[in-house]
Amino acid sequence: MEKKIRVLIAKPGLDGHDRGAKIVARALRDAGMEVIYTGLHQTAEMIVETAVQEDVDVVGLSLLSGAHMTLFRDVTRLLKEKGMGDVLVVCGGIIPEEDVPVLKKAGIAGCFGPGTSCEEIVEFIKKNVKR
Amino acid sequence: MSGLASMVLKGDPRSTARLITLAENNSKDLADEMKVIHKHSGKAYVVGVTGVMGSGKSTLIFELARVYRNQGKRVGIIAIDPTSPFSGGALLGDRVRMTDLTTDNGVFIRSMGTRGMLGGLASAVYDAVEILDASGKDVVIVETVGVGQAEVDVVKIADTTLVVLVPGLGDSIQTIKAGIMEIADVFVVNKADRPGVEQLIAELESLIDISCIGKNRRIPIVKTVAKENKGIKELVDEIEKHKEYLKKTKVFEAQRRKRYEAELVEIIRKRLMNFIFDESTFKEKVENMIDQISKKEMDPYSAADEILGKLLK
Repeated sequence: MEKKIRVLIAKPGLDGHDRGAKIVARALRDAGMEVIYTGLHQTAEMIVETAVQEDVDVVGLSLLSGAHMTLFRDVTRLLKEKGMGDVLVVCGGIIPEEDVPVLKKAGIAGCFGPGTSCEEIVEFIKKNVKR
Repeated sequence: MSGLASMVLKGDPRSTARLITLAENNSKDLADEMKVIHKHSGKAYVVGVTGVMGSGKSTLIFELARVYRNQGKRVGIIAIDPTSPFSGGALLGDRVRMTDLTTDNGVFIRSMGTRGMLGGLASAVYDAVEILDASGKDVVIVETVGVGQAEVDVVKIADTTLVVLVPGLGDSIQTIKAGIMEIADVFVVNKADRPGVEQLIAELESLIDISCIGKNRRIPIVKTVAKENKGIKELVDEIEKHKEYLKKTKVFEAQRRKRYEAELVEIIRKRLMNFIFDESTFKEKVENMIDQISKKEMDPYSAADEILGKLLK
């Protein structure tokens, strides 16, 4: 009836750069979505627990430290374990080209590196959100 | 009995979250679930936390929740932030201050946008409190949006209302005294390590002096530095004392009755608005009337009469 897309924007791991995450969070808000921002240094467990409690439709992960192959895949695995495999997971940050297919196979639907426009991310979410 | 509600009663977090979503979306499936939930709610104690932007409400709630957890109580938190009236979107950031509670399975935190509600609450907050209550939480803490003068609706839902103030806002206490002054059960002076705290407390005391005439309970003031975990135990004690006072004077039942009244009014309001503005058969007529009002062919009062007349037939 008044369904709104709820998005969790999370910064897993130890990197402290959240400017990109905050800009994306604002863009999604301006596109009419409800964006939950949890701050820095989240573990995969914390991210998934937050996703459960907030009943989000989308999880956006941002990472610049290089630990994405481990942490992103931990998040998608834990989401599936919690019965939230239908949540759309997208990512951004510094993700090398060659890692993208592996991440996609692990359940990350879209990777948005530097230079992506906010409109592109909004469009992708609106088109692909499943819930 | 429906699936979701029965899982909530077992304390399942996923079902609890999903049912709150149904409430937020005002879903058609909500009513049947809430019929079950209502029977099993009413046990949790509800603490409302309100105050100006930046007064440290989220940090204070985080520390409050930790004290309750140490007492073995299960805690639900509903943190409300404003929805943009322009985009309909919201940035819900209160969890940033509560991040260490995320993986504690005795705590459930839910962020909510106001979605067009004024008064500092979200429309779904009544349902959300009942749902968390029925899921087995002993205390439910409701954090309002950062308030100005008129956002006093939190009293309708809270058993104890905390009004959080901070020193150094100058004469702001004068401007808020009309609305907020009247709803506090406990005043919290947070960031009490900052200059100006004694002046703020003196101002508060003199306001309390006036407001307490003829009342048998004086509103207490608690000094806290939430970031350093100072004064929190004293605050929990004051909440406990207020609870005892409510129970002793039977005000508790009267307050709860008011909450259910507010909830009933809210449900009726939502259903009416949906019927008038969303249901397809009616919507077109209403749009038509708004066109006529714009062209001065009709006035809003006659239009309202006509809409209500059709409803009441």
